Amino acid sequence: MKGIITMDHGSGYGRTSELIESLFLASFSGTGLSDQGDSAILSIGSDHIAFTTDSFVIKPVFFPGGDIGKLAVCGTVNDLAVSGAHPRYLSCGFILEEGLPLEDLERIVASMAQTAQAGGVKIVTGDTKVVEKGSCDKLYINTAGIGTIREEYTHITNAEKVKPGDVIIINGTIAEHGLAVLSFRNSFENSIISDCTPLSGLIEKCLESGADIRFMRDATRGGIAAVLSELAVKTKTGIELFENAIPIRDEVAGLCEMLGFDPLYVANEGKVLMAVSEKEAGKVLSVLHNHPDGKNSSIMGTVTEKHPGSIVLNTSIGGRRIVDIPAGTQLPRIC
Amino acid sequence: MIPLMSEYRDKTRVDEILTAIRDISRKQVTFMEVCGGHTMAIHKSGIPSLLPSTIKLLSGPGCPVCVTSKYFIDEAAALARMDNTIITTFGDLIRVPGSLTSLSREKADGRDIRMVYSPLDALAAAKENPDKNVIFLGIGFETTAPSSAAAVLEAETLKLDNFYILSAHKVMPPAMSALIDGGVKINGYICPGHVSTITGSRIYKPLVEKYRIGCVVSGFEPLDILQTIFLLVKQCETDTPELENQYTRAVQDNGNRKALSLMNKVFERSDDWWRGLGIIPDSGLQLKKQYIKHDAHRVFEINFEKGPEEEAGCRCGDVLKGTISPPECPLFSRVCTPGNPVGACMVSSEGACAAWFRYSGEAKP
Repeated sequence: MKGIITMDHGSGYGRTSELIESLFLASFSGTGLSDQGDSAILSIGSDHIAFTTDSFVIKPVFFPGGDIGKLAVCGTVNDLAVSGAHPRYLSCGFILEEGLPLEDLERIVASMAQTAQAGGVKIVTGDTKVVEKGSCDKLYINTAGIGTIREEYTHITNAEKVKPGDVIIINGTIAEHGLAVLSFRNSFENSIISDCTPLSGLIEKCLESGADIRFMRDATRGGIAAVLSELAVKTKTGIELFENAIPIRDEVAGLCEMLGFDPLYVANEGKVLMAVSEKEAGKVLSVLHNHPDGKNSSIMGTVTEKHPGSIVLNTSIGGRRIVDIPAGTQLPRIC
Repeated sequence: MIPLMSEYRDKTRVDEILTAIRDISRKQVTFMEVCGGHTMAIHKSGIPSLLPSTIKLLSGPGCPVCVTSKYFIDEAAALARMDNTIITTFGDLIRVPGSLTSLSREKADGRDIRMVYSPLDALAAAKENPDKNVIFLGIGFETTAPSSAAAVLEAETLKLDNFYILSAHKVMPPAMSALIDGGVKINGYICPGHVSTITGSRIYKPLVEKYRIGCVVSGFEPLDILQTIFLLVKQCETDTPELENQYTRAVQDNGNRKALSLMNKVFERSDDWWRGLGIIPDSGLQLKKQYIKHDAHRVFEINFEKGPEEEAGCRCGDVLKGTISPPECPLFSRVCTPGNPVGACMVSSEGACAAWFRYSGEAKP
């Protein structure tokens, strides 16, 4: 392979997918990885487990609504939960920069402990490395997680049961994590806070309701556009979105307008997208509406046999337009 | 939604104005927008899918990144390779390919290239790094030129001799004339809202008089744009081209005098090269002689390698002139995509090709 790694290789889609397909998938073959779900679903004897890992490199490490520790636990817990698994155990690896104040590390670790408890997982193993000043930015955290998964939920991560007619549900307002971090980094004054939260409790309630949930994914990097593009391509169906039904806070919509960002592509850390059969949607919504992290849940789209592989947004003024696969990190516009 | 935004996206009012447009539109007309913000707003809200077939919208040279020479990026990259140098830039430029390199590539190679939200952030970097050259990549039309000018004046006041601008700033009216002189067939201009807040609406008066073409200054919300289209259609149907200002809540006849005086104090007009349009007399802005010590181009006179200005087959130039729509380019969506852009119109978030690719692919119900 020629060339060098640029920031776009880390965007989570586009160049990242190219890297995964041409290098990682080509080199590591085995159950799970080729599905490219949020977790690998593995069988040991007759038991199924979900296994996932994620690394966290956020700058700044403390931001409105969370910190790198909370994020590291939520990220992995959510990847397990959206796969239909019951998250059980986490590992955590720390890469610490020489000079990091212990007080900061203490705050981050306390936050991890608290989040793990809220997410119903135990942190059971870990590793610590220290690198010279300048070799990393304060600290990086890697977490891996194991969850148990019931046979009847193993299809959720690979979307094989999604059909035209299903509805797309989201558990609340979008684009808050990305904009909270960006605002804090650039001293924009506003009240936007990250939605970073463990979704395991909420998802467990939805699964327990017995509703026919056919797909779940947390809409992190690349926002809801990245998840739904992937879903449309994978299932060879089309997705119709309704702009008026996509929950978004005024302040978030306003800041996106100002920066030239499309909120559909901005990162979330506490949002799950679900594809549910139409007749069971009410059941899921009533569970979501009764949960603190699901109060603003909404049916924001439907799966259709039209325009397979692509998403069409019905705009608030009645127009129609494509929602494309994000190409790279969104950059603020010139004017 | 913010009241201001929801008010201008009200479906009932949108339907009313669409009906009004359909009622009066008889002639086949083409209108051109020359502002990247309009291009995005039009496609993002799905306006083309709502208009009757008598009305065609074309994108002109309104995206600053798209009209700028690739050699500007090459020159910025060469400057970034100098010792003790920090390049500061608006985010849009990071991914734009030069003829041989890009800023994202140079950044990955270890050059100090920083994304800023305003030239004043660049000035702050100059203050914090007195032993380094801090170069701001000045790009954009009348909208961004005044803030570059303000930064130069502030650098003078603070005696920050390490602050420089590499200017690709341009002004819009000469390009709007050049398009028509070049034979582009349009029936009206959707005039740029942001540029006009600075310049005032009167700058389009000579266009109306010389070419007998309608000019309507427009806001950016769906209802603004539809009202502008209505006004232009009406002018065409009654054969009375004139200058109208739809965006009165932001744009005055005479513009923002303070911003204009800053711009005129620091910059002077120069001939400039526009992609697709070639050299247009008096269409560029360069620093005046008395501020030459802040002009990165003239201070460093850096030599840099140049590749071809245009990729083979790339028709960005024709897209910018409005002679073709993006899908008519042979590379569009086959070779050239936002993930792998060939031409600048695809790389910039406000480029016509990016807007078409992202929002307009077979979206009819």
